[in-house]
Parts: sequence; structure tokens; C-alpha cells
Amino acid sequence: MNLHEYQGKSILKGYGVSVPFGIVASSPEKAFEAAKEIQKHTGFDKWAVKAQIHAGGRGKGGGVKIATSLDEVRESADRIIGMMLVTPQTKKEGKLVRKVLVEQNIYYPGPEKVEEYYLSILLNRDKSKNMVMYSPRGGMNIEQVAKETPEEIFTEVIDPLVGLTGFQSRRIAFNLGLSGVAFKEMVKFSLALYKAYVGADASLFEINPVIKAADGRIYAADAKVTIDNNSLYRHKDIAAMRDTAEEDPLEVEAGRFDLNYVKLNGNVGCMVNGAGLAMATMDMIKMSGGNPANFLDVGGTADAKRVEEAFRIILKDPNVKAILVNIFGGIVRCDRVAQGVVDAYHNIGNIKVPIIVRLQGTNAEEGKELIDKSGLKVHSAIHLEDAARLVNEVLA
Amino acid sequence: MSVLVNKDSNIVVQGFTGTEGTFHATQMIEYGTNVVGGVTPGKGGQDHLGRPVFNTVKEAVDKAGANVSVIFVPPAFAADAIMEAADAGIKVIVCITEGIPTEDMVQVKGYLQDRDSRLVGPNCPGVITPDEAKVGIMPGFIHKKGRVGIVSRSGTLTYEAVDQLTKTGLGQTTAIGIGGDPIIGTTTKDAVELFMNDPETEGIVMIGEIGGNMEADAAYWIKENGNKPVVAFIAGATAPPGRTMGHAGAIIGGKSDTADAKKAILKECGIYVVESPADIGKKMAEVLA
Repeated sequence: MNLHEYQGKSILKGYGVSVPFGIVASSPEKAFEAAKEIQKHTGFDKWAVKAQIHAGGRGKGGGVKIATSLDEVRESADRIIGMMLVTPQTKKEGKLVRKVLVEQNIYYPGPEKVEEYYLSILLNRDKSKNMVMYSPRGGMNIEQVAKETPEEIFTEVIDPLVGLTGFQSRRIAFNLGLSGVAFKEMVKFSLALYKAYVGADASLFEINPVIKAADGRIYAADAKVTIDNNSLYRHKDIAAMRDTAEEDPLEVEAGRFDLNYVKLNGNVGCMVNGAGLAMATMDMIKMSGGNPANFLDVGGTADAKRVEEAFRIILKDPNVKAILVNIFGGIVRCDRVAQGVVDAYHNIGNIKVPIIVRLQGTNAEEGKELIDKSGLKVHSAIHLEDAARLVNEVLA
Repeated sequence: MSVLVNKDSNIVVQGFTGTEGTFHATQMIEYGTNVVGGVTPGKGGQDHLGRPVFNTVKEAVDKAGANVSVIFVPPAFAADAIMEAADAGIKVIVCITEGIPTEDMVQVKGYLQDRDSRLVGPNCPGVITPDEAKVGIMPGFIHKKGRVGIVSRSGTLTYEAVDQLTKTGLGQTTAIGIGGDPIIGTTTKDAVELFMNDPETEGIVMIGEIGGNMEADAAYWIKENGNKPVVAFIAGATAPPGRTMGHAGAIIGGKSDTADAKKAILKECGIYVVESPADIGKKMAEVLA
């Protein structure tokens, strides 16, 4: 589950990670009040106003403004809230901004030069351990750094028994070229960040940039936080942060029926049991001359009700020109799935797109017979290659 | 011969008396699997499905000689169940449970490091040696004792391959579902290695998907050490980057995560890569002919 920057930072703050003082606001007026509050608390008279959407590169699309007066905060918030923000990570029409985060501006003047670093924590799958990945080249895309100057990316693999160690946190600060106050601050920063990562059951923390302010203080200037969905049962507070407005409405609806659905841009909808077979089915659609409109795993209990709900969701996508149902019956019985398809057809009514049903495994023959005898315009198949051929035919 | 499990395996079911455990243990017993008992803490001393229930895995080892465990414990308690099995000296631990928090699995992997147990899964269909032992949730009837070993990250896609191999008459020595999570016990390479060392396995089917380096690691190992033909399918060529496709581990991060990148590496290592999952059986029949 992805979080907004302001939510991520609230988690970090709870673990003692240094973040700029900030308040989230959903209107220009509230942004104005927030800025006043921040000034009262910090004495700062410059602010950052940042669009809160689930996508990076917000600055490039005009979603981040520095304000030097309270009125400017209001003006910036007015411009940003309600805009369709386009960034390299959004769709081309952009994403609607509903909230801004108002923060003290940490790029303040002082004796030292302000520096930007990159720091993330994530799972190293090859080692089955978490790791800190960091670079003195912050504020830019880490993929680009990896390409241009891979020697400037460092990693610390973390032993789960002891966590991030003192010497590792010092090595991070040394490798980033820090000394004095900033060095000590960075040691504290990385240790607290790792505690937050484990404590929140995160699957990604990306702090880009980490700022060394002009007085040597370290701040998480941004925070991309992803939480492991499997852990949400033990983090009710974090689970409540889910913002469904940031997700695809069809995916949200599918989630309510426990259907694992990912919306794609193709023309052939599919309904499959099992994630691997679902991906393979999408690939097959492509090879048959179509493009997958979605990923949909109905799971291990593909009963009539779920099949019907899955149909309804797939049919809501106007791009769908055909539907391929691909079920390998194990515990799931194919005759039941077939009955589900027949029922869905009757209950939904007026299904205009051709449907291809491929049933294999437990009671596959019975399932095929049920569909063939139903009188519905449903093509049935048992072999995978027949299903692929039928997709090709109905698209022609 | 076969790998991991056979007719002499003494299998204990963790989460024995729960809904899932009961359903699948019944199927396993009906298949002829040697289930020696089950574990449900607090229900020790009872009988379930005609088998003894123990409070701890250790008891099942001591009293029933258990050496293989299969876990149907809910996600919040599954990591603990794996560690308990390892502590009791179980040699092969098959964890079916889907949805274990990644952080729990990081801990489990650390715990298993200096212990003599092999973990298969989690989030997997299990392991089956046809006609001998079904340790998991796969439909038994599609399998047929035979010549090909299967390793796969996906459940239903494994069944697809199994079915095709059965219909071509090749059958399977053992089919191993290694699971779809980012952290799993037995890797693709580990499973391939087992099959390469198994005298009865003549060919290997390797089913992978987007995400991680496991298929590439296996491929490089095969290039150096392989002595049997390997047919592979990689799912997810049409998956968009950055999205989790059902399996928590199926997400394209960097470039080498993609299906195309993996296929290229596999081909380079002398593996027969099929583009369609419908061609797995056919291709294996062709290379073993």
C-alpha cells in the first residue's frame, strides 16, 4: 500500500526521524492557517507547499512551490489544490490534487552549503534481507545515478538479528562525506529510519532527497513510503491511511469482492484462477493478436457469485471487446465455474462482447457440456491453444 | 526415485484441525500420502481424520517419527510454525500459507540459516511425487508418475504443465511449487539442482515469472552444471512495471526483472524457452524424443 508524503512523514516522525515541521491542508484557507501555525512553532517565514498525490516528480509538473509570505502560501495552495498534476509517473491526463502539505522551508541560509542525498530502505530479494541503499547524489532519479555513476551508490545489507548496526550507520555518514554536527545527525537519522521501516512493516522507504541544511541538520525532505499489504492486519492505524481516491475505481471495487484485479489498457478482458496462470493468459492474449485489458485472479474459490462479480467489473471497462475465462480446476470444480458463467450471463443480461471459456482440470468435460448446452453465445474450449485460437477469431 | 518427498516420508500437518488443514489433509490421505499426524496447540491427545493430534511439532517428531511438515497455519502465525518445525528437526518444511508479512520471512530466513531444514514456499501449492506423496493442495488426479521434474513459482500454471506432461505420457518425477512471495525457502536454482542430481529425472520444466533474479541464477547454474534438458516458460511479458501481479513477488522493478530480460538470459544459457504456456508439454516431448 502506497502512502502520501504527509502520511509517510508522520510515521517517520513517530520513530524520531527528523522531518520538516509540516501540516496537511485541503483548502487554500487551511493552508494559510497551517503556515501561520508553522511560523508560530518554528519561527520560519518561508514555506514549501507540496501537492499530495501518489506519484513522484511532482516538482516538475508544478506541484511544489516555495512561498515567502502567508498570502503566497494561500495563492500556491489555491493553484495546486484541484489541479490535474502531470508528472513523469502519472498518466498523461495527470492526477487530481486534493491536498497540499505545507512545511517549513528547510532550504534556509546558514554557514554551510545545503546538500541533497539519496537514502532508501528496501528488501534485497537475493539475500532475503533488508538493505539501506544510499548515494551522495540526491534529488535526482536513482536509476539515472545507477547508470551514470554506479560507484556513487552504496548499500548496507542488514542482519535481521541485530538490525542496522552502529558501524553501518557511521559508514553511511562517512560515505556521504559528512562531518561534525551533520555526521552525528545522519547516524541518528539512519538508525531511526531503519527502526521506522521495521516497525511499520514497510516494503519501501525512499527518502529523496535527504537534506543537510545550512546549519548541519538532517531532514527527510521527501518520503516515499510503501507498506507491506500482508502486514496491515497488525497496523490498523496505517491501514486507515489508505486513500482509495488515489487508486483505480475498478480496482477498489474488485478489492471489495476479494478479487485481485489490475486495470490495463488492452481490449481483451480475462478472468483466471491463480496469479501465474493469469499472467500467462495475458501473455497468450497478446500472442493471439489482442491486448490484455486487465489482470484478474479470482482465487481458489471461484464460485458462481465471484464469477459474476468478476464479469461485472471486467464489463465496466469500455475498452473490452472480448472476455477470456481461463480456469484450471483443481479444488475449484469446472462445472461450478461453468454454472457461474451461465448465471452471470442471465443475471447481467445484454452482454454484447464475445466470451470464451476455457475449462481444464476437475470436471472440465461436464463444464464444457453445460456451456455448450446453455444456448448462450459462449465459446468453450478445453485446450489452451484452442482458447488462444478463439481469441484470435473473435477479434478478427 | 524422486526428490524431497516419497512414500517413506512421515508427514505432519501443522494447522491440522483448522478448515484448510482438515480439507487438504483429507485429500492428502485419500491420495495415499503417509500422514502420521498433525499439530494444533492445545488439542494434543485428540484424534483427527484417524490420526493423532499433537501439541507441538517436537512431539510429532518424537512420537510419530515425523520428518516432513506441511503448514496450513494462518499468515499471522505461519512464520512461528516454520521456526517450530525447524527447531524440532523437520527436514522438509512445506509452507502453503499465503500472505505472511515479508518482515516475518526475513526473520525466518535468518533463523533457518544454521539449521538443517529445507523450506519450500511459503505461498505455494506444495510438493508432489506422483503415486507416493502429495504434500500440498494440488489436484492429485492430474499427475502421473514419470520422467520430468517441475519447478514453478505459480500454482495453477504448475497444474497446466503437469497436465500437459501427463497427456504427452511423460509424467512427472516430482513437481515442486516454490511459491510466489519475494522471500521463499527453496529457490528455482535449488530445485533445479535437486532434479539434476536425481537419476530418474530426465528433463526439467522451469516455470518462472517477472520479478527477482531466481530464474537467471538458475540459468547460470545450469549453463555450468546442467546435464539434462530444461524447458522454461516465463509469465508476465505483458505485465506493467511497478505493479504487483497477484503474487507479492511478481513485480517488475529494474530492467533485468522483465520477462523478456529473463527469457534472453535463459536462452543464452541453453534453456529451451517456450513463448506460450500451451507449448510446455509439446516442447519437452520434442527434446526428450
